[in-house]
Amino acid sequence: MKVMRQLSIFALVSSVSIAALAQKTAVQSIEEYRALLADGNPAELFEAKGEALWKQKRGPKNASLEKCDLGKGPGVVKGAFVELPRYFADTNRVQDLESRLVSCMETLQGINATEIINAAFGKGEKANVTALATWIATESKGMRFNLPQSHEKEKVFYEVGKRLFFQRAGAHDFACATCHSKDNIRIRLQDLPNLTKNPGDGIGFAAWPAYRVSNGQMWSMQHRLNDCYRQQRFPFPGYISDATVALGSYLGVNAKGAASIAPAIKR
Amino acid sequence: MKKDIKSIIGSFALLSLLTACSTQPGSVNIDKLTAEIVKASFSDKGIVKVSALETDEANKLCSTADVAGKELDDKTAKAIEAANLKMIKWPSNGKFVGDWKAGEKLAQSGRGLTWTDSATTPNGGNCYNCHQIDKKEVSFGTIGPSLYNYGKLRQVKDVASAESKAVIEYTWGKIWNARAYNACSSMPRAGHSGIMTEEQVAHLVALLVDPKSPVNQ
Repeated sequence: MKVMRQLSIFALVSSVSIAALAQKTAVQSIEEYRALLADGNPAELFEAKGEALWKQKRGPKNASLEKCDLGKGPGVVKGAFVELPRYFADTNRVQDLESRLVSCMETLQGINATEIINAAFGKGEKANVTALATWIATESKGMRFNLPQSHEKEKVFYEVGKRLFFQRAGAHDFACATCHSKDNIRIRLQDLPNLTKNPGDGIGFAAWPAYRVSNGQMWSMQHRLNDCYRQQRFPFPGYISDATVALGSYLGVNAKGAASIAPAIKR
Repeated sequence: MKKDIKSIIGSFALLSLLTACSTQPGSVNIDKLTAEIVKASFSDKGIVKVSALETDEANKLCSTADVAGKELDDKTAKAIEAANLKMIKWPSNGKFVGDWKAGEKLAQSGRGLTWTDSATTPNGGNCYNCHQIDKKEVSFGTIGPSLYNYGKLRQVKDVASAESKAVIEYTWGKIWNARAYNACSSMPRAGHSGIMTEEQVAHLVALLVDPKSPVNQ
């Protein structure tokens, strides 16, 4: 309740500030606004929620997630985020952070994976996955992306992701590449990172999960990709579907060496 | 003539199939696997159906070239441009130039055709997302070239004059189907794909070429 009130006050203040700042160039304003918020990123509320959820006994099996293997061994959180997506032997799949969390919630806690997948973003257990992902990302803040590419399936997913990235389709013939394969371009005033290579520390793949000021929501990488596809005029990509994980593999491998700043704060 | 284009496109299809059968890494056919993953991952939502992913040969050829990090070869590019040029629908009432004010409104809007839009959401032209147009609008994208002074730079002094005819026709064609002039253009095919109506395309042409439009001040 207290969190909700803090958030709504925050949303109010932010909309007023944005209106007041609109007279300056928008890029300047956004940068200044981000600087103002750097000390109090509301993502911290989600981090705290995520950490508590990790340790809390929950679900039909009344278990915590502390035995969840995020790729560096059961319970190891630090450094896991900057090596995902990766191959997991127990599921025999390449998984991103959210896909892996859903697996752990299902196997360890007995929470129904299909229900999580079908929930709306920000609702029910899917909101819990976002909070968990936020906390787990925070534990790798400042570390550099270095996705493993030794397993055959990891190499295959990178290649599939590359094809998805350049797939032109939909009413507008857009691909991810339409906006994200050149340096120093923008859509309206929004800078567009070049995601075919390491776009720099804390940019693109290295910025999500992020708190979005414009709508007061915490967005995971899955949410980010989902909304990109919406704007691209593509049909709906399933949550943690192989297409989204493969695309994450392509972006993540390309981001090799980029320091993670997640959770970032976005317009 | 029509048959020629068809057979040219057909032979490209075969060519692209041959080159697309990449089998790295290992023995997995990546293109086939990608198609299977796409089929399993995407679903209909709202007004956007999975059939939106069944795209034309030109899109496939351009995507394949992008994945390979290469430009399309000249012959293929020219064939795509020729085929798309033939598909341009010219104004049925002969009116190429509409109202620039209506054009500016369309250029501002980026709405329409996403799964959160309804079938009755008016489509925007999405122009400012990528182009500078009226200099007064500071919120413009840089994915495409600046269109500020578009008509002025091309010496359009009177839209009804014989001298401006070629420029105006080209402008219509480019907005209707950008691929007619650049095989792998990033620009949506506004008329061809049904994003804009004939009347709306005429308004956008006016925004760019009309000497009274703020674009040409």
